[in-house]
Amino acid sequence: MPEADHDGLPDYRAVGRHAVFPNADHDQTERFNFLARLNRHLASVVLPGVADAYRQRVEPAFEHAQGRKPAHRREARQALAAEPLYQTWSALRRNTMEMRQQAGLSLVLGQRDQLIGETRRLIDEGRLRLDPQVRIPHYLSAVDHHCMPGSYYTERTADDVTAAANYDAGMFVTTGGMLGRYTDGGGRGMVEYMRRRHPNWRPRRILDLGCGLGHNVLPIAEAFADAEVVAVDVAAPMLRYGAARAASLGVDNVVFAQADAADLAEFDAASFDWIQSTMFLHETSCRALRRIMSETRRMIAPGGFVIHIEQPQYDADMPIFEQVMRDWDAFNNNEPFWTKLHDVDLDQYMIDAGFERHELFHGGVTAVVDRELFPDAADDNAEDYGRKAAWHITGAHV
Amino acid sequence: MSEPFDAVALAGAKAKGKRPYFFKDADVERVLSIVMAVAGELAVTRMRLDTLEQLLIERGIVAEADIEDFAPNAAQRAERGRWQQEYLARILRIVQQEREAIARPHEPTSEAAGERLDDA
Repeated sequence: MPEADHDGLPDYRAVGRHAVFPNADHDQTERFNFLARLNRHLASVVLPGVADAYRQRVEPAFEHAQGRKPAHRREARQALAAEPLYQTWSALRRNTMEMRQQAGLSLVLGQRDQLIGETRRLIDEGRLRLDPQVRIPHYLSAVDHHCMPGSYYTERTADDVTAAANYDAGMFVTTGGMLGRYTDGGGRGMVEYMRRRHPNWRPRRILDLGCGLGHNVLPIAEAFADAEVVAVDVAAPMLRYGAARAASLGVDNVVFAQADAADLAEFDAASFDWIQSTMFLHETSCRALRRIMSETRRMIAPGGFVIHIEQPQYDADMPIFEQVMRDWDAFNNNEPFWTKLHDVDLDQYMIDAGFERHELFHGGVTAVVDRELFPDAADDNAEDYGRKAAWHITGAHV
Repeated sequence: MSEPFDAVALAGAKAKGKRPYFFKDADVERVLSIVMAVAGELAVTRMRLDTLEQLLIERGIVAEADIEDFAPNAAQRAERGRWQQEYLARILRIVQQEREAIARPHEPTSEAAGERLDDA
């Protein structure tokens, strides 16, 4: 009998370093390794059991009681909540998120002065534009996203970057390395997508919405080195860290600007050739989404592309069980807008914002990673549902 | 800053948003949470031990076979046996104490004892 497959996870030591990446000692490194493997185990070993339990116990019991199968994921979710294996998987998964946060925060808080000092040293003044007038939107302040104490924006001390350093240090754990050495598999996938379809296209100005620490915009900026790139986010710690990280990685054509993607009056109409958001819309709200779509319509230049990548929308073709699993983070990992975003008709939002239906397009992107060391989402069979490094494009070519 | 920066407390801070519980009994979930933290720390310790072994082997201080074939002498066996017993007693303390309680069914709680002391 052949030996069972190794889980394919790289060691945390393979994660890409840059000047503001937090230093992890032996035990801090192994703590991340443990958590990454625990996540992988939950996805590849425990979760298939939940699927079996749904098919063999939960759904038949529901059908027996109601005379029909669950018609909506809400019903299926309620039915699953009483299933012991689901409870165990859920409790372990929630716990893993909390442990990852504690491991990351304890790592970065202990070296905050060095991180802040190094960030200050690296930032080129022209590459960071902070605006203290920017308010943290309600959709971010209501709960701390993915159980991240203090969320993206809390400043624990002057010029703080610890929220971003924690996010950066721990992405490997949450995604099991699926986003690659620099957590930039999404951005690299996007570059590959555009190059394949529009090989001669050269955008002059690019805008990235909800850039976080810039992990997905850097590969785009590198691929189009002559372009002027603006990356916006509301969270100052992410922007400071992002600007320093970009400088450290030798990317010098990105300006990190503090701004709310729903109100970008500071940018002129028709002033960008490419407006991109990568796993950002699901952390907004319906109201913000309308404003964001309108702003992108206003700012996109003729011939330009507006592209949003997210996990696929829930539709009638997606099995109810898969919808419930994909929805888990909405309720249990502080992603309050996740369920709504994946239910709405994004095309209609874009049309309401002034795009023409014939301008819209859809597609798929998987993370592009260094395959020597990292698992490739394109040939990965373990289904971690909402966290899989494979996304759906909703875009417009005007 | 007025308050001292307590990195340990901040690292373990609760995220904003009421926590969901999945088991019927929140007590079970609390215990699971602690056990998983311990499991994590055990894995970390095991890796540290492996690091030490690998370094010792690399530097020729011990050979891998020395570790795998290690046969403790009588005194070492006795010491290791004692350690294992004490270790088991430590982690299964609650089982021992619940068993001892069987023999003392009428013990008062400290609260009940205290109430009686009020009258005295």
